[in-house]
Amino acid sequence: MTDAALPHAAVDTAAPAKRDFGLKRRHAAEFRFRLYGIVAIVIGLGFLAILLVSIVSKGYTAFVQTSITVPVEFSASIIDKDNERATNPRVLVSANYPIVARNAVAKALGVSIDDKAAMRDIAKFVSDGSRSTLREIVLADPSVIGTTRNVTLLAAADIDSANKGQIDLTVPQDKRKVSDQQVAWLDQLKQQGAISTPFNWGLLTFGASSRPETAGLGVALVGSLYMMAIVLLCALPIGVAASIYLEEFAKKNRFTDFIEVNINNLAAVPSIVYGLLGLAVFINFFGMPRSAPIVGGLVLTLMTLPTIIIATRAALRAVPPSIRSAALGIGASRMQMVFDHVLPLATPGILTGTIIGLARALGETAPLLLIGMVAFVADRPTSPLDPATALPVQIYMWANEAERAFVERTQGAVLVLLIFLALMNIAAILLRRRFERRW
Amino acid sequence: MKIAVFASAAVIALAAGLGAAAARDQVQVAGSSTVLPYAKIVAESFGEAFPDFKTPVVESGGSGAGIKQFCEGVGEDKIDIANSSRPIKAEELDTCKANGVADVEEVKIGYDGIVFATDIAGPDFAIQPVDIYKALAAQVVVDGKLVDNPYTKWNEVNPAFPAWDIAAYIPGEKHGTREVFETKLLDVGCDKDALKAAGVADDAVAKTCIAVRKDGKAVDIDGDYTETLARIDSNKTGVGVFGLAFYENNADKLKVATVGGVVPSTETISSGEYPVSRPLFFYVKKAHIGVIPGLKEYVDFFISDDMIGPDSPLAQYGLVAAPDAEREEIRAKFDAGTTM
Repeated sequence: MTDAALPHAAVDTAAPAKRDFGLKRRHAAEFRFRLYGIVAIVIGLGFLAILLVSIVSKGYTAFVQTSITVPVEFSASIIDKDNERATNPRVLVSANYPIVARNAVAKALGVSIDDKAAMRDIAKFVSDGSRSTLREIVLADPSVIGTTRNVTLLAAADIDSANKGQIDLTVPQDKRKVSDQQVAWLDQLKQQGAISTPFNWGLLTFGASSRPETAGLGVALVGSLYMMAIVLLCALPIGVAASIYLEEFAKKNRFTDFIEVNINNLAAVPSIVYGLLGLAVFINFFGMPRSAPIVGGLVLTLMTLPTIIIATRAALRAVPPSIRSAALGIGASRMQMVFDHVLPLATPGILTGTIIGLARALGETAPLLLIGMVAFVADRPTSPLDPATALPVQIYMWANEAERAFVERTQGAVLVLLIFLALMNIAAILLRRRFERRW
Repeated sequence: MKIAVFASAAVIALAAGLGAAAARDQVQVAGSSTVLPYAKIVAESFGEAFPDFKTPVVESGGSGAGIKQFCEGVGEDKIDIANSSRPIKAEELDTCKANGVADVEEVKIGYDGIVFATDIAGPDFAIQPVDIYKALAAQVVVDGKLVDNPYTKWNEVNPAFPAWDIAAYIPGEKHGTREVFETKLLDVGCDKDALKAAGVADDAVAKTCIAVRKDGKAVDIDGDYTETLARIDSNKTGVGVFGLAFYENNADKLKVATVGGVVPSTETISSGEYPVSRPLFFYVKKAHIGVIPGLKEYVDFFISDDMIGPDSPLAQYGLVAAPDAEREEIRAKFDAGTTM
């Protein structure tokens, strides 16, 4: 303001008295403060980088899966030895398909089917999941019996690990899961071009399995999706309605203050408590099914509600009072004022709060433990009433598995979950950017 | 906005109405995390072998929690089977009966071995129960007096051991495994006469025997064996307690110790030579058989030789199969519907 006058003043006084403003000290303090800030950010980013590098480096291999493509002879003598499939179609369901797969690999390797010991090792080469692969082919087209067809079979988990170089071959043979002979066979198949490592779609589509190569996130993804839909459908309208009433209509008195304090407290309640509540109310009282996403969704709704209410109330409060006065001034009713003027302006804040609440709900396992969703579920749910798991639950269950091949799958599943969370957060940012208004 | 309100009202109504009406068409199992891997293999194979039935849902959470859930009552919203790594306790059975679960069938599936293992690069350990007692007990008798455990290195316990600092990763107190650890090692290795001579009251002897030192040398692992393995990975001179199946799956990282001179293996455990083993069970609600589709078939399938026999997938995973005669007995008992 008086900047222009300063040079004159400096010229007028001959020798300005040196006054101590503490400038040096204050600059030093500011410099130190900036330094602390930078250090804090570097530490934070450093840990994030370590976390991401460790997850990605251990997990990226889960996205490919070793597969073996060999000519499979659908021999009638194994699948339907009494030739009764015309009268009894169940033979085709219960036939011994793993033997068919084993013989096919043995043939490709040039090993005699009569060599019992070798055949046992070869049986461990292909996944037991080949049973369903081959069964599907035969059931879809029974005329395939008696012919030979090229089929891509999943390699067993140990062979998959060996192919990915995750098994230490310097350890004595009897101490590891893959024998030298199996490694030699693997190399032989590689030279024949029978081994491929395509993208592991199974990781995203298969249900839970005790065999790593056929274990996937299919059930968990569907379960999480159902739960998120239920949370969105229940928590958003209830939360928004509650906040509009509290913020715009309710009188400010002791009672509404009491409610406000309670909502803020609920937001800080540990999530396991909601699990206990869900067990007592939804399962034991209402008799809803155990392990079902509907119960999980409702529990997570309760957990997310306070977050949404707090975010919505903040968003409503951020709308300037002048908007309200203007609406009322031109003759709008209170309800028209809220729904036509205030709510549209508060939408970006509400949506951001909702998405962040949903993201938190997506990562929850503790409340699901008590309602039976931390479980082994192999069949994909067809409705929210069927048993299912959730993404973080599947990660937890895989982390507890003994097999080596589950290590990479655990990290792979973490990556999938992180991608979903990142997508949700990006959506929240985009929505805010798109609709935000400044005054 | 209005549509959203109606939709959510509909969802809540649907949940309350349908939830109560929906009939359960798959078997529900909960319980021991030790039995979980076996139950998963059986459930998965069952789903593949019987396309008419849905694959059973198997929850984990521990033997105690599973039995508690099992004993909550009879009905479609209650579980059908509780897996357990220990026999059901009398008071648990009483709770069951009080809640209307009158008929409980006990089914033994085989045995589980508990092994000590060190990092693969470590020396051979030949453990006797007394070594474990001396290394890990809270108080031991030295020169006729009961003192806090003074040993800090393994070679002070037994000169044959390496000069490693004692660091043992043992199952936490809520694990079924802990009980086996206490009764088969600490209690056996404990010299009760010496304790009495040192002035411990008769009724406190058993408790003193199984008290584990709390000075950080014995670490309780409340998670599962993956955590124990991670501890051994980071502390190469640590000694960990594992299930036989877990060890066999990670034999390229771990070296197993002998107990009482016996190498743990499915053979030595089923013959009873290897001392630290325990039976595994599951409990079936008789009232649910014939009501829940597939329950009887699942149990029959579980106890068939295809699943719990010596060449079965469970045995390959690490379950120690019961001797032939005992398996026959298990099947006969379930066929007869014998309850507890």
